[in-house]
Amino acid sequence: MFGLDAIDIARIQFAFTVSFHIIFPAITIGLSTYIVVLEGLWLKTNNKIYYNLCVFWAKIFAVNFGMGVVSGLVMAFQFGTNWSGFSAFAGSITGPLLTYEVMTAFFLEAGFLGVMLFGWKKVGPHLHFFATAMVSLGTNISMFWILSSNSWMQTPQGYEVVNNQVIPLDWFAIVFNPSFLHRLVHMGIAAFLSTAFLVAAVGAWHLLQGNKTDENKKMFSMALWFIIIVVPLQFLAGDSHGLNTLKYQPTKIAAMEGHWENIGDEPTPLILFGWPDMKAEETKYKIEIPVLGSLILKHSFTEQIPALKDVPPQDRPNVPFVFWSFRIMVGIGMLMLLLGIVGLYRRYKKNLYQGRWWLRFVLLMGPSGLVAILAGWFVTELGRQPWVVYGVLRTKDAASAHGDLQMSISLLCFVVVYSFVFGIGYFYMIKQMKKGAISQPIDYAQLTHREE
Amino acid sequence: MAIDLSLIWAALILIGVAMYVFMDGFDLGIGILFPFVKDAEEKDILINTVAPVWDGNETWLVLGGAALFGAFPLAYAVILDALTIPLTLMLLGLIFRGVAFEFRFKATPSHRAFWDKAFVIGSLIATFFQGVTIGAFIYGFEVVDRHFVGGYFDWFTFFPLFCGVGLIIAYALLGSTWLIMKTEHHLQAKMKQIASYLVGIFFIVLIIISIITPMLHKQIAERWFNMPNIFILSVVPLLVVLISYGIWKACHKEVHSSPFILSLFLIFLGLFGFVISVWPYVIPTSITIWEAAAPAQSQLFALIGTLFILPIVLMYTAWTYYVFRGKVKAGEGYHH
Ligand code: HDD
Ligand code: HEM
Ligand code: HEM
Repeated sequence: MFGLDAIDIARIQFAFTVSFHIIFPAITIGLSTYIVVLEGLWLKTNNKIYYNLCVFWAKIFAVNFGMGVVSGLVMAFQFGTNWSGFSAFAGSITGPLLTYEVMTAFFLEAGFLGVMLFGWKKVGPHLHFFATAMVSLGTNISMFWILSSNSWMQTPQGYEVVNNQVIPLDWFAIVFNPSFLHRLVHMGIAAFLSTAFLVAAVGAWHLLQGNKTDENKKMFSMALWFIIIVVPLQFLAGDSHGLNTLKYQPTKIAAMEGHWENIGDEPTPLILFGWPDMKAEETKYKIEIPVLGSLILKHSFTEQIPALKDVPPQDRPNVPFVFWSFRIMVGIGMLMLLLGIVGLYRRYKKNLYQGRWWLRFVLLMGPSGLVAILAGWFVTELGRQPWVVYGVLRTKDAASAHGDLQMSISLLCFVVVYSFVFGIGYFYMIKQMKKGAISQPIDYAQLTHREE
Repeated sequence: MAIDLSLIWAALILIGVAMYVFMDGFDLGIGILFPFVKDAEEKDILINTVAPVWDGNETWLVLGGAALFGAFPLAYAVILDALTIPLTLMLLGLIFRGVAFEFRFKATPSHRAFWDKAFVIGSLIATFFQGVTIGAFIYGFEVVDRHFVGGYFDWFTFFPLFCGVGLIIAYALLGSTWLIMKTEHHLQAKMKQIASYLVGIFFIVLIIISIITPMLHKQIAERWFNMPNIFILSVVPLLVVLISYGIWKACHKEVHSSPFILSLFLIFLGLFGFVISVWPYVIPTSITIWEAAAPAQSQLFALIGTLFILPIVLMYTAWTYYVFRGKVKAGEGYHH
């Protein structure tokens, strides 16, 4: 009755709800920051294009934010309902970090959101700008804390275990654990990039419709500048993240590479594609490039990287899943780079805003950032298995003892409600995007006038 | 050291819960009252009185959860484990009413009626299951060896279900008096009428709960009816009578904010009675706050930040309410 099944369902439910959740925060973080930039540029230059874009994106932001909040609420309670073993064991660390997140981030976002969305006529333009900036600051601080918490689960330090409970010893070591800054940079860039691709795609859609307004050109151009500068930075961040993981979670890297064993002292090849077979303990049908694995991960021609067979089978994650998720993320990164380069070239050729195939390509890449984020998180989280807190607490010891029937019903409810509610939410968001940035009447006197 | 961190955290969590009940109480209450308002323009006014603040209000719930998680992880694990079903239903309710705020304005006109219903039903479900949670909490959970060992339907008994209904009345009362403060003319008159009924019903609810609670555990009965206590504590029911009468009276006069303020007092007294009953248990009659406490390092770390940041949070929250002060008028939409 309380066998593995219920745990599996709990894991699926967690993965399902958090995957839905993360696509909202990623856009919230990026878009709020973009809106701050737009509003700031408007205040500085008095150019109405920025104001129109600001109002346009703020509406889309509002829908996205609402969905982010309600899906996040579920996450916070799920620790207790489905993972009571984890909560009782590690709540002494995860809990205070979540408390800080609420105090420094959630209140900030929620508190100033009202003024940002509904306060245009209630406060002056500078105070309004301040409110927008506070919302954006809040979303970024939120990322800081939640990633610290997650990174501690990946690379725990600064604690001891007494009586089956974690006792924090050094909070600085806990917050700034070895994988935290890597993850913060990589995920932060990912959130901004996802937003840039979304903005570019909306611009491309309107340009394809022949709707070549200054607003559409402006956002398209801004997004493409951002992409060409930041995608290469993401490659650097990803590379150093990987090197760090090699140091602290070598099994995860071996799974990402599909690398089963080291033969003699032959340097490790890089497997491009293949099918890792967990039973046969080998990667089948592989296409590999000799030595490149050592070169990328060790920056050396001879050194080997750790292999999967170095650890017993019960300590290995699900290799095909990790292997392929990683390739999806990196593949999308390559496509992003390609898009950035083509954009730069077309800008140089002065035909950035036309070309059906070019604009369609940008449109199609709209959701690519979000897909890469999900793929990346699947690498990170599945690669950590079978541990919840790496090397300390196993997933099977973390779950609550619910029956499989109850867990199945609960999972079913979440799948139905999420698909329905968030599906419709996306439908409204797309509807809003299609309306486009409309020229807004601005009248300072009206803006600042308080109706009594 | 003499500082009792567990005591401070218990107090902070109570403040968080109280803030939540006060603030999300009135906006959930507006969801509950929504069906009683028929005019489309008035419906928009209802929503617009809380649209700028509801998200901040709900954050107090997240704070309560996170603080319990951080300061009393054992209690968090046991309570949430035991109440998985009602809490999940509460979350699903909050999802519907939360997205409805935005969706009903973005929806195609034919969808709007649906999101209005989602707003009402979501608010009702969320409120009902919050009440169930409070009731089940007073009732207590079966704990052996620091784990929950009861059944997942233990909450399905008269008292918790009754508390669910009671909380619906309480939130509706808060919502109606909030609207007396924020609206004018016909809508305000209507809310005065509704509030005057609600306060009567809520009074009866409080009496029933006060009779049942001491019967649940003999510790609770002793706490209330012990010799010096009974005299000191009898102030509570006395105040309840006075304030209820005050609200009822005010609803028949030319007032704006006093019914809301008095309702807050009434709810506060309810919470006060709750604390008297369960103190010092974090899981009534089996685990005290000290037994469930996180290591002192955790409690202290979180406390330092909280003491610095909470006042700032309160300041800008107050500022937001100040920005949106005054009556909300028809057509004063926010999406310009
Ligand atoms: C603060 C903690 C935290 C954060 C920020 C995340 N996760 Fe996570 N994740 C967990 C904490 C966690 C966990 C509690 O530790 C789980 C539950 C069961 C488990 O094994 O780990 C988990 C499991 C888990 C699984 C299932 C793994 C398995 O059961 O084999 C997936 C696919 C994800 N997560 C995906 C994500 C995504 C897409 C995230 C992006 C937001 C994410 N996680 C953020
Ligand atoms: C599994 C772990 C997570 C939990 C428990 C969690 C919890 C929450 C909660 C409770 C909220 C709602 C707050 C409110 O009421 O305003 C929220 C929103 C948010 N979360 Fe998460 N979250 C998780 C993962 C993440 C990750 C990985 C990120 C970013 C890197 C993130 C960033 C945000 C942001 C920016 C918001 C603001 C609201 C929005 O999304 O629109 N969260 N989260
Ligand atoms: C080719 C370039 C890239 C490399 C080398 C790379 C590398 C990595 C590595 C090694 C991890 C796993 C870290 C760990 O769990 O220890 C990771 C995770 C992740 N990646 Fe990438 N990545 C690249 C491109 C991208 C792109 C383009 C995005 C999204 C826009 C992205 C988003 C993520 C996310 C969200 C995670 C999970 C969070 C984290 O652990 O940081 N990555 N990446």
